[in-house]
Amino acid sequence: MSQDQILNPKSLPNSPEKATLEGKNKFLGLWFFLGGETVLFASLFGSFVALRNSTAGGPSSEELFGLELVFLMTVMLLTSSLTSVYAMYHMKNHDFKKMQLWLGITGLLGIGFLGLEIYEFTHYITEYGFTFRSSAFGSAFYSLVGFHGGHVTFGIVWLIAIMVRNARRGLNLYNAPKFNTFSLYWHYIDVVWVFVFTVVYLMGKVG
Amino acid sequence: MSIAVSDKNSAVTQKRSIGAVLWDYLTTVDHMKVAHLYLFGGAFFFILGGIEAVIIRIQLLVPENDFVSAGFYNEIITMHGTTMIFLAAMPLLLGMMNAIMPLQIGARDVAFPFLNSLGVWLFILGGIMLNMSWFFGGAPDAGWTAYAPLSTTSPGHGVDFYAVGLQIAGAGTLMSGINFLVTIINMRAPGMTYMRMPLFTWTTFITSILILFAFPALTVGLFLLMFDRMFGSAFFDVALGGNTIIWQHLFWIFGHPEVYILILPVFGLFSEIFSTFSKKRLFGYTSMVFATMLIAFLGFMVWAHHMFTVGMGPIANTIFSVATMAIAIPTGIKIFNWLATMWGGNVKINSAMLWALGFIPSFTIGGMTGIMVATVAADYQYHDTYFVIAHFHYTIVGGTVMGIFAGLHYWWPKIFGRVLNETLGKITFWTFFIGFHMTFFIQHFLGLMGMPRRYWVFLENQGLDTGNFISSLGALFMSIGVIVFIYNAIYVWLKGEKAAADPWDGRTLEWTTASPPEHYNWKQTPLIRGLDCLWIEKTEGNGKMTPAEPLKDIHMPNNTIIPFIMTLGFFISGFGFIYQTENKLWYIALFGGMAIALLAMLVRSLQDDVGHYITKEELKGEAK
Repeated sequence: MSQDQILNPKSLPNSPEKATLEGKNKFLGLWFFLGGETVLFASLFGSFVALRNSTAGGPSSEELFGLELVFLMTVMLLTSSLTSVYAMYHMKNHDFKKMQLWLGITGLLGIGFLGLEIYEFTHYITEYGFTFRSSAFGSAFYSLVGFHGGHVTFGIVWLIAIMVRNARRGLNLYNAPKFNTFSLYWHYIDVVWVFVFTVVYLMGKVG
Repeated sequence: MSIAVSDKNSAVTQKRSIGAVLWDYLTTVDHMKVAHLYLFGGAFFFILGGIEAVIIRIQLLVPENDFVSAGFYNEIITMHGTTMIFLAAMPLLLGMMNAIMPLQIGARDVAFPFLNSLGVWLFILGGIMLNMSWFFGGAPDAGWTAYAPLSTTSPGHGVDFYAVGLQIAGAGTLMSGINFLVTIINMRAPGMTYMRMPLFTWTTFITSILILFAFPALTVGLFLLMFDRMFGSAFFDVALGGNTIIWQHLFWIFGHPEVYILILPVFGLFSEIFSTFSKKRLFGYTSMVFATMLIAFLGFMVWAHHMFTVGMGPIANTIFSVATMAIAIPTGIKIFNWLATMWGGNVKINSAMLWALGFIPSFTIGGMTGIMVATVAADYQYHDTYFVIAHFHYTIVGGTVMGIFAGLHYWWPKIFGRVLNETLGKITFWTFFIGFHMTFFIQHFLGLMGMPRRYWVFLENQGLDTGNFISSLGALFMSIGVIVFIYNAIYVWLKGEKAAADPWDGRTLEWTTASPPEHYNWKQTPLIRGLDCLWIEKTEGNGKMTPAEPLKDIHMPNNTIIPFIMTLGFFISGFGFIYQTENKLWYIALFGGMAIALLAMLVRSLQDDVGHYITKEELKGEAK
């Protein structure tokens, strides 16, 4: 039996993302990768918490942050987590079209989030003169939130790449793990945002 | 799908052109060849770091020596530490893990062969990047710990090369960690339960967990350092509200687990050596496994013992002190288990075993001084003196380096297909062992007498002259030992006979394959019936592993050049990062390099690479 036949069976198994050894490896490997990412973000959060009051005479978090915008961003990103769950649900039911549809919505919500974040950053820089270089608080803020934004950007590029690549050929045992690992990664980025929202914005407003 | 390439996989039987061999290594995804690259790279940097060590000892040979300038001395000590830890010790260990761990669990390769190749190239080019600094205006000079604000204010680009070079090399290490974890969890042969895994596999597993959770802290620390030095941020700039202690915390949250990353693998390989050459099952196998886990667990909660004098207060200091001392318990369990393994065994002393025997007293001394420096009140006296230098060289040289030598002597036949010469091996051991104790034992006393670390000269008649002279003399002996080892390696490569599959009458699975193994390792995956599975077959079976599957087509990954190109992209981008502070044109290199790397990633993601098959017929044809 050739590899082509193995990867494109007549009927897909129940969990196509974990049907091959490569799929299982990708699944587990991504979980471990996320474990490492947790330490990465924990280090950034630690640095941020240590420096969040070091404004060096510049604007503080109470003056800067507007919770309305951040609320909108939070809603968009958390909804995108939900839509990626729908996508994976359809993948497990082998409905490639619906999976692509929900993944597309996920990507759009991600792009929306990213747009708002870019607006937020430009707003701080132009209105308040609050930059990466103005204080230790500024450095820590843009690093932490920027690292998260960078992860979102990477995720969107990744999503578009695998969606376009597989648009014509449909689901098989070779690309199912790819969609699944993306979805895990995306959830993780959303979870990190929950902490960003709490530690940076909520604590910055009331803490 | 492409058809299997009938690659005989040995440079000995088939003469191939240098270009073909080079291309083979550039594109290889085979775990044994990647291991070769790790070992060659690690050996190269080990020699480099060794030369730097010798320069340090020549400078400290006599009082007020002017062999090197003060500034150059700072560069030498920084590069010695950085090179030895990141570019010599770790890659040599990763090389052995790569070579042996898949063989010990009955896997045909690691879980992510592509990442494996990417990891080794990131290490090699990261190391080259770091050492490029010698040719571009001076090496980093802020010590291997690069404490801020010394590192953030260091002039020139030395520390930039440190930050970017380690960032690249560190990413490679992280990938290896994930790779080994998934390999061990998902790809064990039938019957190879967790508690039947050889101890080296166990320590590889736990070391990988340490790598996974420790390296990202370094990544962040290095990013903050890069941002401060290259993009004008203020993390460590006190004038703008920065805090330099953050660097120390991030560095040691990585740095302390790192020392267990260096020592745990050799704990594993010593366990294999003691058991094999005592002809006995490892004493207290289960307690060994759990002691390893306990060391790893505690290793994450002791980082601040490097910072007792920073001023964290008595409560924090006490907690970290007690946690540190607790690590002596699992380590002690291991020492006694090794002794008990030899007890009543049929002990055979050869070079591998000599290193193992030399390790026990050497490492125990290092552990004992570890308890001394863990004592907060006393540490105020030891801090930043040669006592600390002596302590960590006793653990890293007396533990890790001796372990690497032991492992290389033990597994050389499996990795390179030759048995190292015994006489030369013994000469290596004795010169190195004597030289090691000469160099570092006296440094305990130099430290107690108040000699600070990192000073480039000392005054005469302060009671430091003789000690330093003896210490430098010891370095000469260690150098001779290393040179004899290299001679040994070249000698057996040219003149040695091909090694048998099982030259040591081994107990574990790697000795059932040919030396060196075929690139698919096994024609049929073996069935594992217990701990020390080969020994079980030798004593209760016919001496051969029972296959767990019929002879069938073997699925193997394809070679690829993409990891090398991706790494090259990061390498070019690194120069862009470093030099954009001088001229904005360097942004071309920064973004250009990143584009190459990201495009390589995209190609990798979009191109179907489903591997190839070695057919049953080919396997039959290769039957010997």
